[in-house]
Amino acid sequence: MIRHLLSGADLDADTATQILDTAAEMAAVSGREVKKLPALRGRTVVNLFYEDSTRTRISFEAAAKRLSADVINFSAKGSSVAKGESLKDTALTLQAMGADAVVVRHPASGAPHRLADWVDGSVVNAGDGTHEHPTQALLDAYTMRSRLGRLAGLSVAVVGDVLHSRVARSNVLLLSTLGAKVTLVGPPTLIPLDIAAALAPGTDVCYDLDAVLPSSDVVMMLRVQRERMNDSYFPSAREYARRYGLDGPRMRRLPEHAIVMHPGPMNRGMEIAPEVADSPRSTIVEQVANGVSVRMAVLYLLLGGNNR
Amino acid sequence: MAYPSAARSSPPRQPSVKVILTSADVQRVVDRIAHQILEKTQGAADTVLLGIPTRGAPLARRLADRISAFENIAVPVGVLDITLYRDDLRRHATRAVGPTQLPSGGIDGMRVVLVDDVLFSGRTVRAALDALGDLGRPASVQLAVLVDRGHRQLPIRADYVGKNIPTALAESVKVTLAETDGADEVRLYGETPR
Repeated sequence: MIRHLLSGADLDADTATQILDTAAEMAAVSGREVKKLPALRGRTVVNLFYEDSTRTRISFEAAAKRLSADVINFSAKGSSVAKGESLKDTALTLQAMGADAVVVRHPASGAPHRLADWVDGSVVNAGDGTHEHPTQALLDAYTMRSRLGRLAGLSVAVVGDVLHSRVARSNVLLLSTLGAKVTLVGPPTLIPLDIAAALAPGTDVCYDLDAVLPSSDVVMMLRVQRERMNDSYFPSAREYARRYGLDGPRMRRLPEHAIVMHPGPMNRGMEIAPEVADSPRSTIVEQVANGVSVRMAVLYLLLGGNNR
Repeated sequence: MAYPSAARSSPPRQPSVKVILTSADVQRVVDRIAHQILEKTQGAADTVLLGIPTRGAPLARRLADRISAFENIAVPVGVLDITLYRDDLRRHATRAVGPTQLPSGGIDGMRVVLVDDVLFSGRTVRAALDALGDLGRPASVQLAVLVDRGHRQLPIRADYVGKNIPTALAESVKVTLAETDGADEVRLYGETPR
């Protein structure tokens, strides 16, 4: 078993499938009266969040608690980081407190990789800069598999700001490992040149959403990052929505079985119309529930045995 | 054995193997336990059979089949995976988690009969009791095993025993079943088979 989960590329097909299978068993626990398992009793999981996040942090916290681990939440605001403490010194502090796993979100790409060299415990990347977010990719893969029954051979369109999206990067890596075919869709300014070849051979790029829809099993809409709206990647929000937003008429051009995903938080009316977000094809709420099961599986597989 | 000095240089001895139960014996033993369950539970009303993977699961299904053949009673069968409740998780590489399937009626207020192949230290049964406590509140819990080989480390005993086998700690008992291994047999190995 792997020791850290830093990138979607850390997982080969067998390990990824094992995580998804374990997550399916963990999901059964969420439906029980006693939503708790003793597997990680006495282990400590630190949530180290240098960036705001609600769903990911709460999801990891719920996952660790359902496995009976002790959880310490550490957010940069109001901590010694605000006083200028470096990542390394913070890491050594956590090390001294006996953290068995550190779940880290950081605005700098690569921060979890550095952290992995400094601590003895396992490091889980919960999103680093514009780089990767592997547990999001795992929960997306889990959601696709449970809705559509398989991953191999699925056509997945990832639509939007691929340039800044860690979700897109991890998904391309993981989904191609698991045999799905990914097409990146968006304005040319938001899809880096040669990204498809650099991440995973076999990944396609298309600048026209309407051309991709009829042959897609899954459409994954990425959040338009409003903070980048003024950086001239596209002329206006309305134009973006018209060309790359998923509205009702576009949704109806999808095959009967196709699903619509979004990692959240959504900009309703921008990349996704409310009519689509609330439709039965949308898996957005399911993705949140699946996130807890998948993170339980990851924590169990990293911490459950003596993998040191 | 006659030439201990020569034995040292020759390849390691095959461990001694003894067949304790043949395929026909296993069938008879399962039949008897099915009868005993019917007798002790007065007709197996409100009873659920839960097999502990790997080989407890097919044994539980067989017991239910026999009970239904003898008295035409359908006893619900389930599978109880105890991996996440084990007390030795940290001593091994991470173990794969298997499915737990409870009968649709659940286990609340039922008489649960846990089914496993070998009863040894009793730790598996302790883990199963912990798991049951998180899944519901059975009226009572009983234990059926194909083989009891002794050496308990916890105050646990079986209600239904297929065969008691006195063993030494260094020996090991291996149960094979048609569903999981291709054939029914119980063997006693002189030392742990590699």
